[in-house]
Amino acid sequence: MSDPEAESKALTGFWIYLMTDCVLFASLFATFAVLRNNTYGGPGGDELFSLPFVLTETLILLTSSFTCGLGMLSARMGSKKQVLFWFALTFLLGVAFLGLELSEFHRLAAEGNNWRRSGFLSAFFTLVSTHGLHITAGLLWMAVMMYKTARRGLTTGNVRKLTMLSLFWHFLDVVWIFIFSIVYLIGAL
Amino acid sequence: MFANLLGRLTWSAIPTDAITLGGVLSMVGASVLIIILLTYFKRWKWLWREWLTSLDPKKIGVMYIVVGLIMLLRGGADALMMRTQQATSVGAHHGILNANHFQQVFSAHGTIMIFFVGMGLMFGLINLVVPLQIGSRDVAFPFLNSMSFWLFAAGMVLVNLSLVIGQFSSAGWLAYPPLSELHFSPGVGVDYWIWSLQIAGIGSLLSGINFIVTIIKMRAPGMSLMKMPMFSWSVLGAMTLVIFAFPILTVTLALLYLDRAMGMHFFTAAGGGNAMMYVNLIWAWGHPEVYILILPAFGVFSEVVPTFSGKKLFGYTSMVWAIWGIVLLSFLVWLHHFFTMGAGADVNAFFGIMTMLIAIPTGVKIFNWLFTMYRGRIRFTTPMLWFMGFVLMFTIGGVAGVLMAVPPADFQLHNSLFLVAHFHTMIVSGVIFGYFAGLTYWFPKIFGFRLNERLGKYAFGCWLSGFFLAFVPLYFLGLMGATRRLDHYASNLGWQPLFIVAGVGVLLIGCGVGFQVLQLTVSIMRRNQNRDLSGDPWNGRTLEWTTVSPPPEYNFAVIPEADERDAFWVMKKPGRHSGTEEHYKAIRMPKNSAAGIVIAGFALLGGFGAVWHIWCLCTVGLLGVICAVIVRTSNEDSEYTIPAAKVAKIEAETKERYV
Repeated sequence: MSDPEAESKALTGFWIYLMTDCVLFASLFATFAVLRNNTYGGPGGDELFSLPFVLTETLILLTSSFTCGLGMLSARMGSKKQVLFWFALTFLLGVAFLGLELSEFHRLAAEGNNWRRSGFLSAFFTLVSTHGLHITAGLLWMAVMMYKTARRGLTTGNVRKLTMLSLFWHFLDVVWIFIFSIVYLIGAL
Repeated sequence: MFANLLGRLTWSAIPTDAITLGGVLSMVGASVLIIILLTYFKRWKWLWREWLTSLDPKKIGVMYIVVGLIMLLRGGADALMMRTQQATSVGAHHGILNANHFQQVFSAHGTIMIFFVGMGLMFGLINLVVPLQIGSRDVAFPFLNSMSFWLFAAGMVLVNLSLVIGQFSSAGWLAYPPLSELHFSPGVGVDYWIWSLQIAGIGSLLSGINFIVTIIKMRAPGMSLMKMPMFSWSVLGAMTLVIFAFPILTVTLALLYLDRAMGMHFFTAAGGGNAMMYVNLIWAWGHPEVYILILPAFGVFSEVVPTFSGKKLFGYTSMVWAIWGIVLLSFLVWLHHFFTMGAGADVNAFFGIMTMLIAIPTGVKIFNWLFTMYRGRIRFTTPMLWFMGFVLMFTIGGVAGVLMAVPPADFQLHNSLFLVAHFHTMIVSGVIFGYFAGLTYWFPKIFGFRLNERLGKYAFGCWLSGFFLAFVPLYFLGLMGATRRLDHYASNLGWQPLFIVAGVGVLLIGCGVGFQVLQLTVSIMRRNQNRDLSGDPWNGRTLEWTTVSPPPEYNFAVIPEADERDAFWVMKKPGRHSGTEEHYKAIRMPKNSAAGIVIAGFALLGGFGAVWHIWCLCTVGLLGVICAVIVRTSNEDSEYTIPAAKVAKIEAETKERYV
């Protein structure tokens, strides 16, 4: 598939996939909203979340979206070196974000507030780690795409896949904004 | 150490009771027979190359339908067992099944009929018809299509595996918590249910994306949306429902599994869970699912009725609006499945009114079909009979549905056999009859010969009369107070005669199935007398009938143009025939791929591991899927070219054979 028709089919299909992922997250947000106050005698968000920590996570992820955008600009300009540089930076920021998220999970679990503690914590861990799993998948995809770009250069197929990858990455950023506002910000108030 | 490696799996998972063992032996026996036949006739390579690895939607469609029909037999056997149990288990007698086994049987019946029969026949027909009907050579993503089918097949294998190793869920076809939670269902049954649906459901979701892009991007030149055949319209509606509804199912199943395997508290009775949230979530998927199954069947009727009435479809525009009205409203009625939850008068009233409203677009469609027949030259072929049976039953079931849309009435009828009778009337007529009509109608297109009409009519007669015998008693039993899922009842209730009538009805439906098997056999044996040499056996109206039967791999040597609705009908008018072009171009088609079957195989391994808590198997499954996807997506050489000269040769040979 290399003709423009294939390009338009693939992108349309990917947009529709993103919409289905949107419904998936919407269901998890709804679940979280229902169980938000079911702390079952355990701690609520106000006792558990540290806003400066989450703000750091957020800034890292937002920056990674920015560098991902710069990577796509370089892809349009056909500069393989710059593409590799920006996506490597995006990858590192993604890893940093994931590391912070895992350290938060570890801290909560170590304090005895794991996903078994209450309905609220089950919903919290599931929603946030579903986003984290998406990030992991995105990182894996990014590694594969960097390898392919390094090997075969910016072929039409590779640029198309990089475009989809960047759509995916920005989408995860948007989802995180909602997690930041609905889970952490409202939760910590 | 070894026991830990196998999770919860032990020798005691192998069933020992007579009925299950019979099922297991017949399943294993049939598989062994197929293996022996394939080896004897040296057909393994043929099977692998022509079918299993094929990316041709016509072949994938046939495989979907084969799986769907086999599962219809399995689900039908479950129905027969339930009817036998309820006809005999009264007073001092306890029937053929114990309570737990009975529960597994009704859970399996519902699961299999909806997910593997309904969805299988639906995706089968969509694969067969949509590309041909919109004048396309393929679907948008041929490999994804194959993968979707194999994920569906993997889900089917997992459901049937539960018969051989372990047990199936006894928590009903939608596995309501807290019954389906670990505390009340500690076995592997619910996990089998979760993972077979999860794997098959992801396949369905991907198919939904695939067919939306196919319909939006790959229509023949000139075919604007409002000129598109109605079956394709209904598929677009149904696939829109798929992409919005199936992610909810994915989440719901995942949450239930997290509760069971990780000790979370989404739906548990303790720990701050909320069981009613599950019921809301599952029906937010489940009600649209009903329309996902039925919209394409409506689309079949919208093709069958105009063809056999010799008239264009009445009210094309209103049909399109009715489809989209149903798509929208189907997301606003889910709460009518549990009015008794106690959401309050206002909420119940809202959902009651929405439920009544959805009857309006459905009514519009029924009237449009009837007006299409009005003053038409009707040919009473088998597909037309299925349609007329559908109108009769669907109207009865629909009226019962509107009755139950009134919350106070529903409080009386909730979970009664009245409800069971209602939804069977809707699904058997709407879904099953619809797809039978579609299969008979498009069979000659795909296989090149017609099905035997006489035996088809016998089958229809048995199905229709058997259906009334089987389900009219259930309406009365429901009004008399019989609840659903009863494995035993007292003799002084006086219900037994009606249950016996219902059992006879199911036997009659069984005769109908027998006639269908006979019909298929006889039609294959006498195929040379029923050849479709024209490509247009029914005097059809839409593009799929412009090409030969069976169509070549590329469907159309030259992509047809469709400037008007019923494009083929317009072409057939004197002086309008434009099929004289002989200028062929090279055609690019996708190569076969084994990646779909490999990915689904790993998904099956992972699912089996998750059921039995064999975590190393889960890891292998997950890594296998990831690696296979990476390898497949790195393959830049997935197409081949059929040169123009070869297209010309194929076309010339076909013409010689058929004209």
